[in-house]
Amino acid sequence: MAKVTIDDITIDVPDGTSILAAARMIDEQHGTNIAPPTMCYYSKLKTTGGYCRTCIVTVEKGSEKDPRPMPKPVPSCRTNVMDGMVVRNTTSPELLEARAGVVEFLLINHPLDCPVCDQAGECHLQDLGYENGKEGTRYEFQRREFEPIDIGDKIKLHMNRCILCYRCVKTCEQITDGRVHGVINRGDHAEISTYIEKAIDNDFSGNVIDVCPVGALTDRTFRFKSRVWFTNPVDAHRDCNNEKCSGKTRLWMKGDDVLRVTARKDRWGEVEEFICNSCRFDHKKTSDWTIEGPSKISHHSVISQNHNELRKLQLGVHKQIKQLDGTKIDLGEGALNPNNIDK
Amino acid sequence: MSKKLLLTYDHIPGINTLEVYRQNNGYKSLEKALKTMKPDDIVEEVKKSGLRGRGGAGFPTGMKWSFLAKPEGVPRHLVCNADESEPGTFKDRYLMERIPHLLIEGMIVSSYALGANTSYIYVRGEYFYIIKILQNAIKEAYAAGLLGKNILGSGYDLDLYVQPGGGAYICGEETALLESLEGKRGNPRLKPPFPAVAGLWGRPTVVNNVETIAAVVPIVNGGGDEYAKIGIGKSTGTKLISASGHINKPGVYEIELGVPVEEFIYSDEYCGGIRNGKKLKAVVAGGSSVPILPTELILKTAKGEPRLMSYESLSDGGFATGTMLGSGGFIAMDEDTSIVKNLFTFARFYHHESCGQCSPCREGTGWMEKILKKFIDGKATMSDIDLLWDVQSKIEGKTICPLGEAAAWPVAAAIRHFRHEFEEYVKNPQSIHDVKHYFRLNNLVEA
Repeated sequence: MAKVTIDDITIDVPDGTSILAAARMIDEQHGTNIAPPTMCYYSKLKTTGGYCRTCIVTVEKGSEKDPRPMPKPVPSCRTNVMDGMVVRNTTSPELLEARAGVVEFLLINHPLDCPVCDQAGECHLQDLGYENGKEGTRYEFQRREFEPIDIGDKIKLHMNRCILCYRCVKTCEQITDGRVHGVINRGDHAEISTYIEKAIDNDFSGNVIDVCPVGALTDRTFRFKSRVWFTNPVDAHRDCNNEKCSGKTRLWMKGDDVLRVTARKDRWGEVEEFICNSCRFDHKKTSDWTIEGPSKISHHSVISQNHNELRKLQLGVHKQIKQLDGTKIDLGEGALNPNNIDK
Repeated sequence: MSKKLLLTYDHIPGINTLEVYRQNNGYKSLEKALKTMKPDDIVEEVKKSGLRGRGGAGFPTGMKWSFLAKPEGVPRHLVCNADESEPGTFKDRYLMERIPHLLIEGMIVSSYALGANTSYIYVRGEYFYIIKILQNAIKEAYAAGLLGKNILGSGYDLDLYVQPGGGAYICGEETALLESLEGKRGNPRLKPPFPAVAGLWGRPTVVNNVETIAAVVPIVNGGGDEYAKIGIGKSTGTKLISASGHINKPGVYEIELGVPVEEFIYSDEYCGGIRNGKKLKAVVAGGSSVPILPTELILKTAKGEPRLMSYESLSDGGFATGTMLGSGGFIAMDEDTSIVKNLFTFARFYHHESCGQCSPCREGTGWMEKILKKFIDGKATMSDIDLLWDVQSKIEGKTICPLGEAAAWPVAAAIRHFRHEFEEYVKNPQSIHDVKHYFRLNNLVEA
């Protein structure tokens, strides 16, 4: 076991735990909000992380044995805790400034086409920019541009929006057979590509849509159907023939129509179990599914921010709303006024 | 005349052949090592010598070797980093071109010391003719029983391969080099684990620069203690310096570490002074990524002591008033040089060579280039200088590999020491097209 202190909260974690995992444990146990944001790390996939640099933290004290601070910010997703380590994340202004810099870098070539992007509302980059970025841009040059590409008949690639997190590459490497998709070119010309635009044809290829933190890989069957916050997510399951697929999914419904099927995601925005393409793309009828009930979306995105809470409020279930920092606002009278809920 | 250890025989015709090389004390260290020394003895000698990595970081080689994990039954590898791509550095090319057998001898002795039975020389793709030279030399060595099974009857086996790279700067970073050597995209790996634990194909690996490996030969021949007597302080031995820029005699010089910078620039033994009788304006002392220093700071430290060509003296004063020895790419610039134009060239290089793996470097290098282009086009504003400073500070220390720093440091140093020049280009955009005239006229550069 190792004792680690993150933002003045101490926790005992098993040896070999990453700083990020320890911070997430603290959040889960204490209801705090100190886990660094992640764009490329994915706990369900091996060798991810370390690329996006949004999860950097300051290590104030290396360990009990070697108390020297680490000279540079370290990526918390790929740095393991040591006994006696002291880490600063949200309590270090210098670090937050550095992270704002990383967010700025991620956004300078991003098209900011949220109004026409299917990912809007559940986009990690939106969350990141909102929570860790700064207002305005200092970038005054033409942004990098690529043409959108169809990867097969189900997946759309908008390379403009890609932040090169490599999650989809690792997904294809680890959960599909015969990877035909990877990164070509280098530097800021680098792009995700299938060789000679060969379609990804594999039972599990659709998962790249779920792991993509931005709107670079989107579901063509859901394209422009609805903004996500106008849909109702429900958890559902079916008996899937595919052995590797659990059949446990999340349906995004509007009325009685199933607009989209995705894997279920946990509070960190990571899928719980990968699902097969048949469940994802071919079963869009309510009768295909056994519906378990409304999904609990705790990830801090637009859909979670007010979506479920608002519905409960409208139903008069409760009079409080939980904010991003964990504190609760008492709504009292006028709870149904949207202006009050936005606070 | 300063002491030479590596380039003692480089003037002899035919030294690239095994026959002539052996007539000139070639492969003596191999015989000594295999017949009289145990592998650990060699590591011990290298430690005693105080030899530091010649690729740029200057990490003690003996220490690096002693970190090599030695699990039972797992093969170990020695990889020679001949992906010399730092702008301003061309010493390894010279060494491999002239005396290829020196590198091969060093490779065999070092591989023996580390217990590696398969070793690689990773040569940058642009050095295609050097690959030929090395392969011929390796062929000769195999034929003479210096490589292959049972070398010189000692029972030690070694296979040595030359692997051409694709010509990417990033593949000079040791973990990117290993990825590339494995046949993958040359993206740097996250550390830890370090190559000494999990390197090539997950096996313990040591990656050393060409010059470092070549320096093992004189260390084994003369002993580590003798080697440590050369040089100054913790900068022991000799170093190859690639001198270029506005000097009378550009070329590769072997210097004893500790030669004063002033002597190196002005003495006839080395650079022979600034060409056309001009004044020195600035020096990039260790390859394009180290901070540029103006004349007054490169010749003397902030404390007023003469600056020496050594790891310690060059980095005296930190980055505020110092620089680094780096890989020894010594670029001198005369009074007519535009620091901003030069910086733009560097920035363009780093933008082009960024691998695109981590965000600050991928996006930041391109951004810096675009801002600098504004200065060149005469469209910059004063706030662009601060923006440039801020962008470089956001890249530095936030990336996986040192390329981010390599891109940020030159920008930081140029603004730190030559801010007035940036400001001049903002105030008088025309001056960038007529630097000579403008700067002389305004007496902006006082050498």
